[in-house]
Amino acid sequence: MKLAIVVNEGPYTHQASDTALHFTRAALEAGHEIERVFFYHDGVNNATRLTVPPQDDRNLQKEWTELGTTHGLDMVVCIAAAQRRGILDANEAKRQGKDADNIAEGFRISGLGQLIDAGIQADRLVTFGD
Amino acid sequence: MSEDAKKFLYVNRKAPYGTIYALESLEVVLIGAAFEQEVTLAFLDDGVYQLAKGQETAGVGMKNFSPTYRALGDYDVNKFYVERESLEERGLTEDDLQEITYEDEDDDWAEKPSIRVVNRDEMKKIMSEQDVILSF
Repeated sequence: MKLAIVVNEGPYTHQASDTALHFTRAALEAGHEIERVFFYHDGVNNATRLTVPPQDDRNLQKEWTELGTTHGLDMVVCIAAAQRRGILDANEAKRQGKDADNIAEGFRISGLGQLIDAGIQADRLVTFGD
Repeated sequence: MSEDAKKFLYVNRKAPYGTIYALESLEVVLIGAAFEQEVTLAFLDDGVYQLAKGQETAGVGMKNFSPTYRALGDYDVNKFYVERESLEERGLTEDDLQEITYEDEDDDWAEKPSIRVVNRDEMKKIMSEQDVILSF
């Protein structure tokens, strides 16, 4: 089955990102295809490479990056939600006149159309949120 | 609308201010309107407050985005289902909601109400008929 995943909460405050990560991993292991993982609302905060969680805790951004790069996942961060919350890639940082970017490897910034498109292309769209 | 259009349901469960979910849900609806899918909106729990009339947000320093719902008819978004029980649990009636209309192109552009109040069982049926549900 072709699945689209939506992550609507940031890391650590809510469990949604953990559950989405575990679900995506399990779906891939079971032989399903992941059409796209779309990060919206505070979910965009999963994509910053600047988080430094305690060493005895999980690092959600690293786990997403590892899963995404291993399986070639299309992990999309909503641009409008990202701009509000200070998640930038190099292009956006330049365009907005900011002195740094923070997007982690494996993620890309794009529009909300990618969420609708994922819903159209996938057999099932699964939302993880609060 | 294309033949193979999917049925998209946006489920709005949160109050309009206090969290950003309602505003960012509306942003998805607006973008999604360009994709020519069959769109339905559902309002339940505190989400019914999103359609309340007379919203005044100056005191909380936020933009009042409630007029945007009235523009959705122009984008063929004209099915607003509001759960009756959610209204009643909050002491609200349909009269507390703003008037939202659309022009029906299949009926000589007659102006019709977009809001339909349905009970919980009807809402269940509406949800079960969808292809894609985005819950905010």
